[in-house]
Amino acid sequence: MPASGPTLSVAVHRGTSDGSTLRVDHFTVPAHDSQTVLDVVTWIQQNADATLTYRFACRVGMCGSCAMTVNGVARWTCRTHVSKVIRDGRLEIGPLRNLPVIKDLAVDMDPFFDKWAAAGGSHAPTATRYDPVVDIDPQAPERVAANAGIECINCSVCYASCDTVAGNPAYLGPAALNRAWTLVNDLKHADTKGVLDVVSGSGGCHNCHSIGSCTALCPNELDPLSSIAGLKRATTRRAFRGR
Amino acid sequence: MLTLRLYLAQRISAMLMVPFVIVHLIAMIYAIQGGLSAAEILGRTQGSAFWFAFYGLFVVAAAVHGAIGLRVIAAEWLRLARGLDLLMWAAGALFLGLGARAVLAVTL
Repeated sequence: MPASGPTLSVAVHRGTSDGSTLRVDHFTVPAHDSQTVLDVVTWIQQNADATLTYRFACRVGMCGSCAMTVNGVARWTCRTHVSKVIRDGRLEIGPLRNLPVIKDLAVDMDPFFDKWAAAGGSHAPTATRYDPVVDIDPQAPERVAANAGIECINCSVCYASCDTVAGNPAYLGPAALNRAWTLVNDLKHADTKGVLDVVSGSGGCHNCHSIGSCTALCPNELDPLSSIAGLKRATTRRAFRGR
Repeated sequence: MLTLRLYLAQRISAMLMVPFVIVHLIAMIYAIQGGLSAAEILGRTQGSAFWFAFYGLFVVAAAVHGAIGLRVIAAEWLRLARGLDLLMWAAGALFLGLGARAVLAVTL
């Protein structure tokens, strides 16, 4: 489609993790006000190259499926305005780092979710549906700490941005450890000890170098860095108490 | 790659080294102000239980701290997956041996 008016120069990384088909394609995309990076990718797929593979669902920052690397930084593309991230009229869009590429801009999220589970991320109830509902004080310090971390949408921006994950593939990563910290502070979680045990293992919270890319780039403005610091404190305190 | 125990060993050895480093630097700067010779310094450190304990503990803390640090660097930058335990213990033994040799030389 010939573009009249202002345009963007967009480089898109293509191919799969096996490396045999890796290449960078260049597209000229019409520029608009309030255009998001996801709008740009969608325009390319619908108007320039129908074989471009990418993932999205809600388009409003709730589902966590559209994260990509935009000009070198992991972003949720549906809520990232082109005007905020463009450099010299150019956009470079690639798949998320630290995860295997399925094709083009779609990464395999399995390692990310496997680590979520490996960090003790499933809830263990303290009561059954036949027990009375336990009152939880919303102002209790544990509840306040848990509330600070529960709005994660699993977009994997923190995981892709984490240099510790890049250097140590066994490391559980910021999202899984943030989830673990919310469970440690969840007064209705029955297996706090189990969570503290798994985050003390060889891929656990103690591998974190406190670089802080997770907290700097989390699109929901969560603070995994402080969650991981909380886990370090909790596990250390427990070690000295001998429990 | 780092477990809670290794993490604690590295953090506790770091905390121990803070006063050791400060006292070491101050003592070195203070000791040479009057133009002390090596022989005069040795005269004060040799036979001193205090300096033996001070530098002995300093060497132990530094060996522990450095060995665990090398383990992390080898894993994350050299991508070593196997042999990390061997590397860590060998480095720790080397640092401890070299340090102990120096401590014994100036305090015995």
